[in-house]
Amino acid sequence: MFKYSLKRFAQSVVTLLLVVTVVFLLMRLMPVEGYLGERSDKLTPAQREAILQKMGLLDPWYVQVGGFYKKLAQGDLGTSSIYRVDVPVTEIIASRIPYSVSFGLVATAASLLFGLAMGVHMARHKGRFWDKLWNGYVVFILAVPLAVYPLFIQLYASDLLKLPILFDKHTPMSWILPAVSMSLGGIAGNAMWMRRYMVDELNKDYIKLAKAKGMSSSAIMVKHVMRNAYVPMAQYLPVAILATIAGSIYIESLYSIPGMGGLLIDVITRQDNPMVQALVLIFSSVGIVGLFLGDILMALVDPRIKHEKSEGAR
Amino acid sequence: MAEVRNTDPGSVLAAAADLFTFAEFDAESSERAGYSDYSYWRSTVRVFLKNKVALMLLILLIGLLLFTFIQPLLPGQKSPTEIYNDPATGMQIRNLAPNKEFWFGTNSIGQDLWARIWSGTRTSLLIAMTVGVFEIGMGIIFGAAWGYMRRLDRVLTEVYNVLSNIPTVILLILLAFMMRPSFKTMVIAMCATGWLGMARFIRNQIVILRDREYNLASRCLGTPTRRIILKNLLPYLVSVIMLQTALSIPSTIGWEVLLTYIGIGLPVSIPSLGNLVNEGRLIMMSPELRYQLLFPVVVLSIITISFYVLGNAFSDASDPRNHV
Repeated sequence: MFKYSLKRFAQSVVTLLLVVTVVFLLMRLMPVEGYLGERSDKLTPAQREAILQKMGLLDPWYVQVGGFYKKLAQGDLGTSSIYRVDVPVTEIIASRIPYSVSFGLVATAASLLFGLAMGVHMARHKGRFWDKLWNGYVVFILAVPLAVYPLFIQLYASDLLKLPILFDKHTPMSWILPAVSMSLGGIAGNAMWMRRYMVDELNKDYIKLAKAKGMSSSAIMVKHVMRNAYVPMAQYLPVAILATIAGSIYIESLYSIPGMGGLLIDVITRQDNPMVQALVLIFSSVGIVGLFLGDILMALVDPRIKHEKSEGAR
Repeated sequence: MAEVRNTDPGSVLAAAADLFTFAEFDAESSERAGYSDYSYWRSTVRVFLKNKVALMLLILLIGLLLFTFIQPLLPGQKSPTEIYNDPATGMQIRNLAPNKEFWFGTNSIGQDLWARIWSGTRTSLLIAMTVGVFEIGMGIIFGAAWGYMRRLDRVLTEVYNVLSNIPTVILLILLAFMMRPSFKTMVIAMCATGWLGMARFIRNQIVILRDREYNLASRCLGTPTRRIILKNLLPYLVSVIMLQTALSIPSTIGWEVLLTYIGIGLPVSIPSLGNLVNEGRLIMMSPELRYQLLFPVVVLSIITISFYVLGNAFSDASDPRNHV
């Protein structure tokens, strides 16, 4: 177990370094205007040259990468060039982390809780009314693009339920709609795999044996089926986190939540390269850490997983 | 046995003739015993046709797609990009509610929404299909190599582990951000992120299939790798590949809408479902203009839901376990 964790940790670190390097190099392929800010048009070529020189953007790429890592080690991600000129990127982002993290956690928790409950409910009513009803929901949410259905929630639910249409940190009522919008996709995804898992599992021999020896169906659920479901659940957790990231970017922006996702869209529209780079790195790191934790969790709940050949089980 | 082997073959035959009588070959009875009217594709179609919802959606989708592509050829259609002026006043006909002249109304600068929706659907479908075809191509080539050649397995698995750690949406945004907004940009960004999932999916299927006995036998008989992949493995994968493709179309359309929202989608001069939804979103707060959001969204949802449901229905139907 320890050896496996260590190996998996090393793998994550290598991945992280690779991703950081690749993102950094990709950003260097872009037009340099993103580093000059508003001043871009007014500068003479000589001035531009001087600024770029000062920022180290004219050095060979390996020197730039080296310098970037040196700064990164000191917790310096550069300064914003357009969004808030010359303010350190870390400072801008730091104030936004709490919003993204709390919405992300609530959405992930809600999607696991309600999604799994819905899946179990569907499996127990397989082929009957409830199964069909929830299945309609799942198909609708998974098939209609993420960029579309939250619009209608914002539009009509705010009218019907008299909820605020934009986020305001002092009005708890305004937190409801974005949190619900963020969890709907996860609920549908979780419900779908949980139902499939339950249906497969309930047909297995050991369940038939448990029934035959007279165990009640709720006892079978709790003692056998649910306990075995921990493994796929642990496997699914990181995927849920990744899915929440996608949702949060769009929905934070839609409800003007001052989180990192909304910020990413903001700085992309304004072509603020250092900000985009920093946010992309943060989101990728969250993904990498999420997958790492998921694998460790899976090894913890399933002793059979030696992971000599992990086969990239996702 | 040892005794028999030593004796003259003629005498063995003679001894056997006493014990057994030769049966005449009867074509008809051999037909009766060996014949099965099971045909994979016929059964797939039969099971598929039983699913009434899927059948309905199939007809709806085919109708919609046909209409999308013949719409510009129909008489009396307006141009999707022309701005219409009122002949009396010379002003642009802005935000006109649906009527006889403009079936779906006009948008905020006086363009015909009916023509724009079909033109936008064509654009979005074209993107989705280009990306879909590319994904299948790359997916099959890389997936087959990855799954079948053990030496490549390690390398490609490591590459996959690195790439799959980055959330798709972030990778997609980064790629689209780096290139200037255009049709090509969009297709390149989505192909770059999409093929990996498909390759992995095919690789997993091949890993399951490659060591089955019939492939082992094939290898022992010296069948070249290329032939094993093409003749023994890929036919098994047709149904799952079609499912993946059917599901990739709604997701591509969805990404297009999202990228357009972020501002790195297609330029506004090209009508696409993403651009239309985005234009509609900007004015959705005034209830009398909401038709500009509703019409594109309804068309988009019909397309994505149909592809999604059909893909799943087809994959159920193509599973031989459901053929009994």
